[in-house]
Amino acid sequence: MKTYKQVFSELKRAALIPFFVIGDPAFDTSFEVVKAAIDAGADILELGIPFSDPIADGPTIQKADIRSLCNGMTVKKALEFIKKVKDYKDIPIGLLMYYNLIYQYGTEKFFNDFHQAGVNSVLIADLSVDDANEIDGFAKSAGLDTVFMVTPNTSEERMKLIASKTTGFIYTVSLLGVTGSRKQLSGHIGELIGRLKGLTDVPICVGFGISTAQHAATIASAGADGVIIGSKIVGFIEANIENKEKMLADVSAFVGEVKTALDNNA
Amino acid sequence: MKYKGRFGDYGGFYVPEVLIPVLEELEREFYRFYKDDGFVAELAELSKNYAGRPTPLYYAKRFSEYVGFKVYIKREDLLHGGAHKVNNTLGQGLLAKYMGKTKLIAETGAGQHGLATAMIGALFGMETKIFMGVTDIERQSVNVHKMKLCGAEVIAVEGGTGTLKDAINDALRYWTAHVSDTFYLFGSACGPHPYPTIVKHFQTCIGTEARSQCLDQIGRLPDVVVACVGGGSNAIGIFSGFMDDEKVKLVGVEAGGKSVASGKHAATLVVGKVGILHGAKAYLLQDKEGQVYETESVSAGLDYAAVGPEHCMLKDSGRAKYVAAEDAEVLDAFALLTKKEGIIPALESSHALAYVISQSGKLPSDTVVVVNLSGRGDKDVSIVEKCRPLK
Ligand SMILES: Cc1ncc(COP(=O)(O)O)c(C=O)c1O
Repeated sequence: MKTYKQVFSELKRAALIPFFVIGDPAFDTSFEVVKAAIDAGADILELGIPFSDPIADGPTIQKADIRSLCNGMTVKKALEFIKKVKDYKDIPIGLLMYYNLIYQYGTEKFFNDFHQAGVNSVLIADLSVDDANEIDGFAKSAGLDTVFMVTPNTSEERMKLIASKTTGFIYTVSLLGVTGSRKQLSGHIGELIGRLKGLTDVPICVGFGISTAQHAATIASAGADGVIIGSKIVGFIEANIENKEKMLADVSAFVGEVKTALDNNA
Repeated sequence: MKYKGRFGDYGGFYVPEVLIPVLEELEREFYRFYKDDGFVAELAELSKNYAGRPTPLYYAKRFSEYVGFKVYIKREDLLHGGAHKVNNTLGQGLLAKYMGKTKLIAETGAGQHGLATAMIGALFGMETKIFMGVTDIERQSVNVHKMKLCGAEVIAVEGGTGTLKDAINDALRYWTAHVSDTFYLFGSACGPHPYPTIVKHFQTCIGTEARSQCLDQIGRLPDVVVACVGGGSNAIGIFSGFMDDEKVKLVGVEAGGKSVASGKHAATLVVGKVGILHGAKAYLLQDKEGQVYETESVSAGLDYAAVGPEHCMLKDSGRAKYVAAEDAEVLDAFALLTKKEGIIPALESSHALAYVISQSGKLPSDTVVVVNLSGRGDKDVSIVEKCRPLK
């Protein structure tokens, strides 16, 4: 199973990490969309299991969660989905989700089952490093890497604590706010990446609000090890809900465009 | 964070990283000011002359005759704004002022907390935004209008079923993007630490007063204290006064909706399972995989899938008992108190009354029951008119 470490050390540029909600808009189409992103050059996948109350997400991902849930997505089916993706290609997968789904499944069993299906890490949006003890023993014994978030208002002392608990990558949130595409990058992101790089060798991936190939290139130039793009890509699903061919073509074209920008930036 | 904010295993602060620094700041500033002489004096003055504390403990003679034991009513309905909510909004609003915050946001279900926040926004001259689900906006239109009159902006929340849970989701999302100048004035004794502790602190006046009023007026402690439970703030407020009086039974009444068996209810403590929502570990109404249910109740203020962490602990320890009252009983209770006493109770508070009525014939006649009348029912008259048209 391919690890984050392998990806980061093989790549001569920042990793391209698209985010999707599993089962958006429905299981089969969702799988085709993910395949399209892989074929177009995704290096790592960030996948969400839909939740009824996604408090860290803006309207685009909220709607994706609703589409997926309305079309019958469950945690069990998400496990199948991940196995299918891994059968298609051995690409590292990070889950990004909310704690209650894991808690109900049983944290230990969740980590074991999903690691076996091919997941490399589980980032819990509503579990901070202060409560890492609830998960890190289970993560370690399951063989999962840990991923925690850093935000623009995280203190330096806390950044160090977060870095010390992180074995995968630090999910660096580019702005104060929820997920959603933005016209402009947050002005502080370069400085934030710089501060983190000064504190730790753990890889830094940046997400939230990254919406164009140019944004991705800027983030990469600032020293990030990976660029996570969610709402912008999920938006192609929403916009083409009646036209699957165009949905796949748009996702593929956009991922390709970002890849080119990152390649040129290398 | 300095403290864990746990009540047994419940509570905590399960929030996205971006909210940790603001919750830390809130915790620090709360503990800095809550015993500060200036703060305490200013809050006491406002509680008395602005809100109308202390509230009376009223012996409801005709209602007592009907049920067959002695019922005393703690009159939080007489407070400014018409509910206990102002105790909390004055306290947190003053804290916001001491912290130098200039903007308030709040979620609301029945609109009582929204209104109580809008009042305080006007009082302190702070820009105020209230998040409210579209369903609740429709069924509590009078409160919406009052909030706007106070100068607040009411933000309609479309997500989910347009009720309290959805309003909290959007208020939290808004807060993550406006953490530096905005104070989130949380409405109940739930949500992430330090809110359950802060809200309880500002609501303990209900219990402290009620206990000493019992001793003064009756010469003894009550046998039973009853309150309705949505998030749990009015209940924890009155329970807190009697917590150490082990002989005093504490009963919390949740929304049984159509019926608990039908699944259309908000009886979180009665049938929920432990989970994590809105920053806390607590009992939760959810499906097997952990998706949170949409709840249903005739009273918007109790229409919520989670509950405060301290109530979860009190349920497990057996110190308090939690039951559900169904919509039909609640409407009966609303009508009965109004008819017997000329007091129109909020539909939320009518849940507590419904439990009291259900004990008729089961308790000895010298039993003393204290009911927390958390709010007045003016806001609910049109709902009751729709459910039970007058001939
Ligand atoms: C009059 C009244 N009572 C009770 C409640 C429920 O809240 P809590 O359980 O926090 O007291 C509300 C909420 O809106 C209310 O308006």
